[in-house]
Amino acid sequence: MRIEAIRSEFPILQTQIHNHPLIYLDNAATTQKPQCVLDALNHYYTAINANVHRSVYYLSEAATKAFEEARQSVQHFINAKEARECIFVKGTTEAINLVAHSFGEHFLKKGDEILISAMEHHSNIVPWQLLCQRKELKLQVIPINEQGELELENLELYFNKKTKLLAIIHASNALGTLNPIADIIKKAHAHNIPVLVDGAQSAAHLKIDVQALDCDFFTFSGHKTYGPTGIGVLYGKSHWLEAMPPYQGGGDMILKVSFDHTTYNEIPFKFEAGTPAIAEAIALGRALEYLQKLDWAFISQHEARLLQYATEALSSIPRLKIIGQAKEKIGVISFTLEGIHPHDIGSITDQFGIAIRTGHHCAMPIMDFFKIPATTRVSFGIYNTCEEIDQLIKALDEVRRLFKLY
Amino acid sequence: MIQDLYQELIIDHGTHPRNFCVLENANGKAEGFNPLCGDKVQLYLKIENQKIEKASFTGAGCAISMASASLMTEALIGKTTQEALVLSALFKSLLTIDSAESAELGKLLALAGVKSFPARVKCATLAWHTLQAAIHCNIQTVSTELINS
Repeated sequence: MRIEAIRSEFPILQTQIHNHPLIYLDNAATTQKPQCVLDALNHYYTAINANVHRSVYYLSEAATKAFEEARQSVQHFINAKEARECIFVKGTTEAINLVAHSFGEHFLKKGDEILISAMEHHSNIVPWQLLCQRKELKLQVIPINEQGELELENLELYFNKKTKLLAIIHASNALGTLNPIADIIKKAHAHNIPVLVDGAQSAAHLKIDVQALDCDFFTFSGHKTYGPTGIGVLYGKSHWLEAMPPYQGGGDMILKVSFDHTTYNEIPFKFEAGTPAIAEAIALGRALEYLQKLDWAFISQHEARLLQYATEALSSIPRLKIIGQAKEKIGVISFTLEGIHPHDIGSITDQFGIAIRTGHHCAMPIMDFFKIPATTRVSFGIYNTCEEIDQLIKALDEVRRLFKLY
Repeated sequence: MIQDLYQELIIDHGTHPRNFCVLENANGKAEGFNPLCGDKVQLYLKIENQKIEKASFTGAGCAISMASASLMTEALIGKTTQEALVLSALFKSLLTIDSAESAELGKLLALAGVKSFPARVKCATLAWHTLQAAIHCNIQTVSTELINS
């Protein structure tokens, strides 16, 4: 079976936790890594470790070649027009901070507005709040409804001449909602508003085509796309990136430095000061190639089936409420179980080897909207199975038995 | 074992907490908050001549944090503030140091199992950190009153 073959490529899935086989259902937090990604990390350090873009000797050239090939893998993965539009950063958080600093400091002035939504992860709220404080800007927020969908009927009311950027989440890590991003981008562009898409939760689950979306910026994290931590991508249209000032100063981002004046390097290097996470970038390239080889129709079909199966199974549990009932969802289910706090659920299911997330999911405004302190969340990846969901339901039965909810 | 963490007494106090109300004339009050998980405890103490006459709490959180707060308020009533601080220190040792099971802790020993779940120690100690703040608040209020008079 295909899923068995996929599972065999992820060594960590052989692990036993508290004498149970690991059931990993926290893929929205981070995904596990296939052997080819682990091999790529190992190969860099054992065979071609050298700094990139600096020297003329063999190893440095080999490292540079592998690093730049990884950039091309990123380009193909998101269908960017050019590889130089793909900047390596630490992750989605750094990508958004980079835009907030560089784009924000350069293009925005007192009184301008930045538009986000009530569904954002803290990493697409706080960088903008900080920018607003620095530059005396206003942060506007598109609301959500009880289903956990964006209220888009009156979207145009939020667009005005002062709106200089829309920064919006593609898929919600806390609710699972998949936003109609192409439509939103089209409407924003009709008002000449550039759009940044936070793709942290979408990039590993559906085919991303930044040219078709026509987004101005797209961000994602390596470790949520079956790659390593410490590496991620900021995609930006070249005309924006060329007009934006550097985010950090240092080596690799310059062409010429004297004490009077520095000439910056061209993109993408202008935004990659210092020695990058070379091994991680190369391994991320491998992860993205791996995902593309699995093919998107298979991935989305498999994850949609898991979502449907788990939604039905969880819905049959008395007093369980699914938070986030959008029509379009990725494989993320947040829920509450009346009378039992998520942390108690998480500690008990852990005893059965089941890894699920409990808490506010770095989205406190969403918790406030639904008037709950926290949720329990399961989120799926390519290696999860319906049998694992059955085990989860059994463990939740145990939680309810322990709390005398039978 | 998960049953070591969720003993009958913990489930009982966690789901049906005792002394769970606002104390109107409290003269020692403090609020505890764990930003990591959102657990909240408001603690109310009525202190007369350095003795805790009444103790109650409100809040929301997991069974461990609620049970710990509930059992704590039961244990506090009748103790001097000094004895309460000693108990607080004993309780914290119980959760962090092996073989720190002092008999003085009584029913609170039911929370000893938390030690094996490091991610949950903060849930159990939240009420106790709040206790220290409430006693401190009482001392400060008393000293302010003395200065004012």
